Amino acid sequence: MAATVKYDEVEVGTELPAQTFPVTRATLVQYAGASGDFNPIHWNERFAREVGLPDVIAHGMFTMASAARVVTDWAGDPGAVVDYGVRFIKPVVVPNDDEGALIEVTAKVAAKLEDNKVRVDLVATSAGQKVLGMSRAVVRLA
Amino acid sequence: MALDQSFVGRSYPPTPAYEVGREKIREFAEAIGDPNPAYTDPEAAKALGHPDVIAPPTFAFAITYKAAGLVIADPELGLDYSRVVHGDQKFAYTRPLRAGDRLTVTSTIESVKSLAGNDILDVRGEVHDESGEHVVTAWTKLVARAADPAQDAQGGGA
Repeated sequence: MAATVKYDEVEVGTELPAQTFPVTRATLVQYAGASGDFNPIHWNERFAREVGLPDVIAHGMFTMASAARVVTDWAGDPGAVVDYGVRFIKPVVVPNDDEGALIEVTAKVAAKLEDNKVRVDLVATSAGQKVLGMSRAVVRLA
Repeated sequence: MALDQSFVGRSYPPTPAYEVGREKIREFAEAIGDPNPAYTDPEAAKALGHPDVIAPPTFAFAITYKAAGLVIADPELGLDYSRVVHGDQKFAYTRPLRAGDRLTVTSTIESVKSLAGNDILDVRGEVHDESGEHVVTAWTKLVARAADPAQDAQGGGA
């Protein structure tokens, strides 16, 4: 694996470039098709409300994939990710309009580990609420 | 509805091989809006030291969740799938998934719990390639929410 960021050049507290990811209903339909997750809570407003959700919500795995980009874009090689975990604490609600929702992701180096690995802690929010908890990736740097 | 505790530790047989295709990886990368060339351009992937295009880290879920579907749908377990949302997700990679991989998944139920009326299921999926090499392990926590509207707005969606 060939990360471009060097282990010796990062320290605890180093911030990764933050990113914002737009999500519309069209995004969710495309993600459903590509991932094979056709749960109607991700595209059918009537169904989502019937099961008690405020509206259609994004796939948790779409949010997890978006947050990962902050790490993979920074590291230079997506294959450098060794561990990645999240907790889905709030849904990303996606209204049926042209704007949809935004997922805002920040991240920083939380620990330097052995073998050129670092732990990155991520924060993902949408509409001002944290949507992922315990969001951590371990990446092997150069 | 309480789940059957006797399912803890139960393993399901390995799935038939899933062959990872370049165009499937491209389709997935486009769906998550990620233009990283390592996912679509074999030369870019090779420049990073990979033998072919690699898949985004979360692509593994599409394979392990399908395998976990066998567990979820097991009528003896008694999980109400219509109320299932995704609680936690974790991956540990030996290497990234890549085009040409033929992968099998072995699912194991790690725990079953009932908390405040919610049924909580932890499933581990171990992914191996054709040569038997470990590729990734996925841990998935599924929550079948209690049939109480006050508790309904939790969770990120299965």
